[in-house]
Amino acid sequence: MARVEESFGYRLWRYDGQPGELIPLLQSAQEHFGYVPRRAIKYISEVTDVPESTIYGVITFYSQFRLQPMGKFVVRVCAGTACHVSGAKVLIDAVQDELGIEVGDTSEDGMFTLFTVACLGCCSLAPVIMINDDTHGRLTPASVRKLMRTYRRKAAKPAETAPKAQ
Amino acid sequence: MKRVLVGMGTCGLSAGAQDVYDKLKALITAEPSTCTLDITGCIGMCYREPLVEVRENGDRVIYGGVDAAKAEEIFTQHIKAETTLGENIVYRLKADGTSEGAEIAFMDPQERIVLRNCGVIDPESLPDYEERGGYEALRKALAEMTPEGIIEEMKASGLRGRGGAGFPTGLKWSFAAQNEGDVKYVVCNADEGDPGAFMDRSVLEGDPHAVLEGMIICARAIGASFGYIYCRAEYPLAIKRLTIAIEAAREKGYLGENILGSGFTFDLKIKQGAGAFVCGEETALFASIEGERGMPRIRPPFPAEKGLWQKPTNNNNVETYANVPWIVSNGAAAYAKFGTEKSKGTKVFALAGKVNHGGLAEVPMGTSINDLVFKIGGGIKEDREFKAVQMGGPSGGCIPAALGDTPVDFESIPQTGAIMGSGGMVVVDDKTCMVEIARFFLEFTQNESCGKCTFCRIGTLRMLEALERITRGEGAPEDLAKLDQLAIQIREASLCGLGQTAPNPVLTTMKYYADEYNAHIFDKCCPAKYCEPLVDFFIDADACTGCTLCAKKCPVDAIAGEPKKLHIIDNEACVKCGHCITSCNFGAVYKD
Repeated sequence: MARVEESFGYRLWRYDGQPGELIPLLQSAQEHFGYVPRRAIKYISEVTDVPESTIYGVITFYSQFRLQPMGKFVVRVCAGTACHVSGAKVLIDAVQDELGIEVGDTSEDGMFTLFTVACLGCCSLAPVIMINDDTHGRLTPASVRKLMRTYRRKAAKPAETAPKAQ
Repeated sequence: MKRVLVGMGTCGLSAGAQDVYDKLKALITAEPSTCTLDITGCIGMCYREPLVEVRENGDRVIYGGVDAAKAEEIFTQHIKAETTLGENIVYRLKADGTSEGAEIAFMDPQERIVLRNCGVIDPESLPDYEERGGYEALRKALAEMTPEGIIEEMKASGLRGRGGAGFPTGLKWSFAAQNEGDVKYVVCNADEGDPGAFMDRSVLEGDPHAVLEGMIICARAIGASFGYIYCRAEYPLAIKRLTIAIEAAREKGYLGENILGSGFTFDLKIKQGAGAFVCGEETALFASIEGERGMPRIRPPFPAEKGLWQKPTNNNNVETYANVPWIVSNGAAAYAKFGTEKSKGTKVFALAGKVNHGGLAEVPMGTSINDLVFKIGGGIKEDREFKAVQMGGPSGGCIPAALGDTPVDFESIPQTGAIMGSGGMVVVDDKTCMVEIARFFLEFTQNESCGKCTFCRIGTLRMLEALERITRGEGAPEDLAKLDQLAIQIREASLCGLGQTAPNPVLTTMKYYADEYNAHIFDKCCPAKYCEPLVDFFIDADACTGCTLCAKKCPVDAIAGEPKKLHIIDNEACVKCGHCITSCNFGAVYKD
């Protein structure tokens, strides 16, 4: 979890007009809420005097920001060059089929959100996927399905959370 | 006492290094007198991860492909009983400087300057870095050199920007130094967005202090007081290790006020990128640091005059800064010994794709593509045919195997139509369709175009549509002329590097693989048997177990077969959706 001095509320409170804080504020809002909710945009606008429309423009420019809540497990399938030539497309199809959602969607139970990402920088282990902060490499359609099922089981057990990120 | 190091870069972790570390931790905690346990970054042999090194008196034994069981064996046999596990040693560097092991062909031809500490030190330990001569260059730069002297040294070294454009670093610094400003900035571009490139990630994860030291020396040379490292949010581990390094450097007085008692003040912070490829372009990167949409600005004025917050700014890439301390410590002449006449020094390459040894290799400039692919890279996976190497990511191009003798440097690579780029080399084999590769890159640039310039925004979309038609088998002969024309227009009418270079993948593939384009358009076939609408699907009789899964998944009932018997695809009825491939647990479905 974020340390207190980095929390969204603290950052907003500490803000005193220094430039360039909009993106870090949005990042901490997303970390706090899991996405950037309407009311966070309003808070940020009130504190920074940046119009809500401008903030919305920044949010939609960067692929990191989400305006909708994300699943407990955010699955990022790498679609970089090395993964692409090593069968990322088949992998994406397999994950979509296994989770029953399309790229960009969140499953109905709120457990999984699926994205593709340009490159995770683990090209030598291609094809690669990242689930929350954990990277898994050298996958096949069969092994990625197995992996998704492991996470589904984890999701079913509320007491047990995802493996600790590095 | 022995020291055990587990390679815990992102590559190691995704291969399972955490389990190995936990296992060793438990064993060593039970018997703490045997050895010490540390983490280290990526040594470059990503294809052999997880790696465990046992070090004693200068003798370094590296084991590859270690799992928890193997880790226990290493502990009981090597660490406790002093017998090395011969067959698992991938590389051994003995105290006398000789080497042995399965991977000497990968390791020994390398000249490691940027990667000097990667995989050698614990990246989270400042004393480890200092023991390897870390921050000595900074001491020297502050105590013995003038700012002009530092810039002259950089000029003499011949170091050129490692982000891709290859602009002489010393010259760039001299511009920023000449411009007056109440505040000046040093920016490190760690927004490594090129798919297929991971040099910067490895350096940041494996040796973060080297980048910091390079930045501090640069700040001293140009008279900057503050710096930013703009790092991709997709690299959480790099950000974590950088944060630790910055805190340690600040505590030790390498950052902050009055650095090492010299009166020089410099501090820096990390800015996390928010996922926009165009932010690798320096003016867009500045806009992003300033909290705006990351759109490029018109140059001139150049950053050295009006950069971040309209102040004189020097922006270099991670690898460039990592070279700086070595050059200051060892002298420009030692650096200029490596490389070619106009491209000095070494370059880190990220080998990936269909090459046996996927990983990081640092070689002198001017090494040939063939040497990189076959000697260091160990050749093509499954002994298939080497078709091409893709260099420079979405801005680069494909260099065919026939030009494999091309030396890799800033002069020779652009002559092929590709660009040097940041060092990503994706090797492709004969199963890769070059039209599809071009389509893949256009899809990427089209998606990442910020939308400011019309030709980049709309032109790339029109090119993508043409390529999609061709890969679907619906291409017309005039599509080729259209692609050519659009390529020139986009190149001429785009403001930044993203647009200007976006057509490169298409142009190089059209130049070297015209027959593949023609086959898609005129013969309606894909020679590499990749593009689904142009191939047939088959089931391998030996691999099929008759599990019936593919038949269940087929949306048009084109697969016939009884349980536990071979299934057969009716290609007349097949709609080429590929569901059979993704559902088969035995890899039995193939395209031909």
